[in-house]
Formats: sequence, structure tokens, C-alpha cells
Amino acid sequence: MLPESILLTLNGLFTLAILSFLFRDNPIYKFAEHLFIGVAAGYAVGLEWHNVFLPNLWRPLTGAGGAAGAGPRLILLIPFAIGLLMYSRFVSRYAWLSRWSLAFMVGAYAGLAVIGAAQGDFVPQVEATMLSVVPRAGTPLWDATNVSGPSAINNLILVLGTFASLAYFFFSREHKGALGGAARLGIWFLMVSFGASYGFTVMARYSLLIGRFDLLFIDWPAAAPGIAQLCMAFFVLAIIVATLLEVRARRRHTPTAP
Amino acid sequence: MLRREFPLAITCVVGLFMVIGLFVPERHFTAGRTEVESWAIIIRAFAAVLGVANIGRISYLRISRREHEWVYHVPLLIGLVGMIVLGVGGSLGSAPLFGIAEGTFFNDLYMNVYVPMQGTMFALLAFFIASAAFRAFRVRSFEAGLLALAALLVMLGRVPIGAEIWDQLPLISDWIMNIPNNAAKRAILIGAALGAIATGLKVILGLERNYLGGE
Amino acid sequence: MSLSNRLVNLDRRYIFFVILIVIIIPYIRPLGLPIRVSREAEGFFSAIEKVPAGGTVLLAADYDPGSMPELQPMTLAALDLCFRRNVKVVGFCLWPAGPPLLNRALSQVAPRYGKEYGVDYVNLGFKEGQEAVMVRVGSALPEVFPADYNGTPVSTLPIMQDVENFSSVHLLISISAGYPGTKEWVQQVGQRFQNANREMLPIVSGCTAVSAPEYYAYVNAGQLDGLLGGLAGAAEIEKLAGVTGTATRGMDGQSLAHLIIIAFIVLGNLLYFLGGRRKK
Repeated sequence: MLPESILLTLNGLFTLAILSFLFRDNPIYKFAEHLFIGVAAGYAVGLEWHNVFLPNLWRPLTGAGGAAGAGPRLILLIPFAIGLLMYSRFVSRYAWLSRWSLAFMVGAYAGLAVIGAAQGDFVPQVEATMLSVVPRAGTPLWDATNVSGPSAINNLILVLGTFASLAYFFFSREHKGALGGAARLGIWFLMVSFGASYGFTVMARYSLLIGRFDLLFIDWPAAAPGIAQLCMAFFVLAIIVATLLEVRARRRHTPTAP
Repeated sequence: MLRREFPLAITCVVGLFMVIGLFVPERHFTAGRTEVESWAIIIRAFAAVLGVANIGRISYLRISRREHEWVYHVPLLIGLVGMIVLGVGGSLGSAPLFGIAEGTFFNDLYMNVYVPMQGTMFALLAFFIASAAFRAFRVRSFEAGLLALAALLVMLGRVPIGAEIWDQLPLISDWIMNIPNNAAKRAILIGAALGAIATGLKVILGLERNYLGGE
Repeated sequence: MSLSNRLVNLDRRYIFFVILIVIIIPYIRPLGLPIRVSREAEGFFSAIEKVPAGGTVLLAADYDPGSMPELQPMTLAALDLCFRRNVKVVGFCLWPAGPPLLNRALSQVAPRYGKEYGVDYVNLGFKEGQEAVMVRVGSALPEVFPADYNGTPVSTLPIMQDVENFSSVHLLISISAGYPGTKEWVQQVGQRFQNANREMLPIVSGCTAVSAPEYYAYVNAGQLDGLLGGLAGAAEIEKLAGVTGTATRGMDGQSLAHLIIIAFIVLGNLLYFLGGRRKK
């Protein structure tokens, strides 16, 4: 196993290679990107082999990994065959056989999706919309100590907002009259929701950038002091030189007034 | 019949088995259903490797035909084959050269090639989101204004500096997330659930056949 | 070309440079702003606190390096909370890139509490199959994961002797970057299985900030007992766990980043409307 300083230097160099895309698409970025695709794809195969194919198919099928006295589970020949049929699409004459594998997968996951959507989303969410909009015990008109908590006003906004947003997605009738008004209100709720999602998306993207900068400014210099700073200084210098060359090239090509 | 009707029949039988199996507590039915779930795990793994095989095949063809930017596919193939040999070779050889455990070359390449590059690719989006915020985010209507206002309040309310600017900002942000955002997301969840049920049933009953492709 | 037009059409690399400088500032001068804990994060914390000492939790680490900065701190804090209370952790991943990250988290936290692999925690590795795996785990976990990440049969691991399915555990912790993840756990498992206390299996989620707005509906409906959203959520659980990790440190940069984005939105719109007025 290689020392931590070399591994983190590799880590840092690949990070800088990808960051170079911000200046312009360049051969170093393209090399790094293609290497990443290869490594990622190869990694997936290695993991499928050790974590799925061997323990869930090969060992039970051959009786190698089972409990003492347990023989081979020959029924696993069926999924083995169905799985192998997928590769028939590489031979154009027999490519239609892969439809059988696909049909099995589509059927199984369509069934799971129907169950999940019905019992996991539809019923609980409709149930959760049945809220008291009238102040009573346990549901005050407004709770100043818990402004986001259950209160008659909040419940009313929730119920109205849910119905209004649903009305917007009802396209079987033209959005006129009462339905049009409800749809308009629904758009407002949807816009607030999309704005909230935008805010959270900004947060997500910046936390990823901060994570990379933690490597560049904390982990890498700690593991390989001197080398990290040298590589980053070289990177910055390369960007500056490239910028100056680009500015000079632009000035040369800009026509001057007579 | 084998090319079209038989696959549709497979989809129907397997799909109905999965759905009805939830409501039928009979022992053999349950055992059959769990067996189908186990098979799905195995078959999905074959599908995952199919995608990788395709990447390898396309890269090889690009290199052999010297197509545009073929030279970049060389490190792609080297990375692909190298990781497969190092990983799958764990069944024949031992650590640290072969295998997937911590301390192997496979794991080191994952941690120091895969991790930084995928992380950085996603991190690039932070820069583009800033560029888009400056150049493209325009409040041209009341609805866009609502979106912008909600975004601003939530962005400030979710970070510590928001509470330093105004101590009510986190509460406002919480209220936006829990009440109006909740209402809209709930409507989307209910609508999407109805859509998923309808599409799932259409696929199972053979009314939706696009996944089979052309004849 | 007017100034406002020139600014609006500015080469985007100048904007990138401004972002670079803003994010670097906290590394030179940390702000150290206090973290405020949300009710959703408190729910996440309370759910783990309710697990009895000696109990077992399932930790589904469904993420990859692309979401590591947000989710790895959550995994570390959740493991910290479990190990300090002698709660056992059975970890697995439905994303192929997850197992080494889970391994790294376990190897960072477990030694602090003297926890032993195979006795107090285990990494069962990755399993393909998404929803099918989720439902199968509910009925026969050892059949879905006959071996751990390193290939050791689970029948030889002491921690797995009493773990058969969801009724053998107290809580499901879903650390999720997308599909498959929290949404699918809630859909497939949430209303169907009971835990060791013979109540509906409680699920808590730590997710990326992109997914979090949707999951508020699940929290509100009682389908999730707690929610950590993004780096802010990770910082909140670090505060509750009493650790200062990368998430807490990263919130300074997050604060400045949000301010600069707001400034860009306001400035961009000002320049746009000023330029429009000038044309009229």
C-alpha cells in the first residue's frame, strides 16, 4: 500500500485536473474525465462480483457457501439464465431474447412501484392532509412558541395549499372560474416550494465545493507539506499564464478603428 | 409470439404476482414472492455489468477506428480493465494486489482516483450556479418574485449568518419549509403516486410497451 | 456598450474567481458562527437516543463520493451517537460506491469506543436490486446479505446471530443521496414492518440538501421521525452529538456562499432592470 502522502497527492492532482475545466475545456481535464469513467465502471464490476455474484448466486448455486448439509440451490439456474439472456443483445440475430430478461425486471419493479406509491406515498399523504382547521384542544389558533407546528392557521394553509396545488395539476378541465382561481393559488404555493428547493440546491452544491476545498487546503497540505503548496502554486501560475495568453490573442484579433 | 407476446406475458405475471402477493398471506405465495425478489437482485447485477460491457465495447471500437478524440479512450480502457483485474482477481489472488478490502490497490484507486474526481465534478456545479444566478435569474413576474423571495429567505435562514442578521430568519425559513413548501410537495407526491400507480398498472397489463423497443 | 450591459455579459470566469475568493476566506479567518438546531434534527437525535443500550440499528449508507461532504459527517455523527450508547450497528449500502465510505466512517469512529468488528458493528457491503433488497431485508436479511463486504459469512459473525429482519432491530437510519434511498425506504418499508418493540419501524433520514425539501412532507406525515438536510443538517447533528467535525467547520463557507449568491441575484436583476429602463 502506498504512503498517505503519495495517495493524497494523487487525490489533489486529480482534483486540480477537474477544476481546470473552469478555465476552459483542456486535454488534462479530458484525460482525467475519461480515466474516471474507466475506473468507475471497473470498480462497479469488481463490487458486483464480490458483493452480489459470488455470495447471492455462485456460492448458493454450487453449494459452496451454504449452511452445513445444505446442497446446491439449483433453482438459481433460472435467474442465472435470465441474467445471461441480457447479453444476447450483443448478437443481433438473438438480440430479441434480451426482452425476456427486461420483461422480468420491468414486471417486478413495476409491481414494487405500484405498491410503494400506493401504500407509501398516496395513502399516508392523503391521511396527513386531513387536519383540523378549527381551533380545539391540541390545535391552538396559532402557537407563537412553535410557529411551524400544528395550529389552526397553519393547518388551514396546509390543506388549502395542498388542494390548490392539486388543482393546478388537474388538466382534464380548462382552468377557469373556481378551478382557475384554485390553480392560480396552487401556482403560488408551487413557486414558494420551488424557491425553497432552489435555496437548498444552492446549499448542496456549495457544500460539495467546500468538501473539495477541505482536501486542497487542509488534508493535502497536512499529509504532504510542501508538495501540496507547490502543486497548487503551479496550478495558479498556469491559469494566470493561460489567461494572459488568451487576452493577448483576443487583442491581436480585435480589429482597431481606422 | 416469442418476441412480443411472451415478454408481455412475463411482465404481466411477475407484476401481478408482486402486487397481489402483498395481500395474500398464504405460505407458498409468500415464498414464491420472496424468491422472485431474490432473483431480481441477481438479474439487476447482470444488467449493471451489461452497461460496463457496453462502455468497454464502444471505447475499443473508437480506438481501433481512430475516431475523433480516440486517444482519451486509452486511459478509459486502462482504468476499466485495471480495476476489473484488481477487483475480480481477488477471487484468485490476495491483498494487497487483488481484492476489494481496505488496504488493496482497488480500494486505494477508488479512494484517490474515483472519490476526488466524482466529488470535484459535482463541486463544479457551485460555480455554474453562481454564474446562472447572476446572468439568468430574472424576476419578470409576480410568481418569479415569490420564487426569488422564498429562495432568499430559505438560503439565509438555513445558515448561521442568517440568525446573526435577524434572529427571526431561521423561524421564517422553518415555517416556509414546513407549511407552504410542505403543501406543494405533498400535492406533488400525491399526484406522482397516482401517476406511478397508473403507469405501473399500464405496464403490467401490457398497455404500455415502449420498454420492448421496436420489432 | 453601457456599463450595465457589459456587467451582465461579463465573462463567467470573473464570477468563478469571486466565488473562489469568497470560499477561501473562512480558511484564512474562520467566522465561528453558532449553529442553530432544527426540530427535524432533534427528531433524528431523539430517535437514536430511544434505542435501548445493547439494541441494534440498521444503517443504510446509500451515497457515493459526489455527496460525501454532506453525508459522511452525518454517518460519522450517527455512529458516534450509537457507539457511545452501546448500540450495535449493521451497515450496508444500496449504492455501489458506498461500502468503502462506510468502512472509512466505521474505522474512524469505532476505535474511539473500543468497538469490535463483527461483534459491535458490521459492514455488509453493497447489494444490487434497490427496492427488491429493501423488501427482502424486511423478511430475511441474512439471505440477502449472506456475507459481509469482505466475504466473511454472516453466520460466523456474533452481531448477526440475532439479526433476522426488521423485527430484530430498533431503528433504520437512512443516509441517502438519491435513488435508491430515503424515499424508497419510506415507500416500501415504512408502513409495512414492525421493529423489535413491536411498533412500526421508525425511520430517520440524513439526506442531501437537494432531496430535503421533498422529505419535509414525510416528516410532517409521521413517516420519518427525523431529518437532516444537507451540510446544515450535518452540522446540527454534530452539535447535538457534541463533536466539531467537517460540517461545523464548513458552515462558515456556506454562510458566505449564500450571501454571495443572494448578492449576485439582486445585482443581476438590478442591472437587468436598469438596462431595460435605459432602452425605454
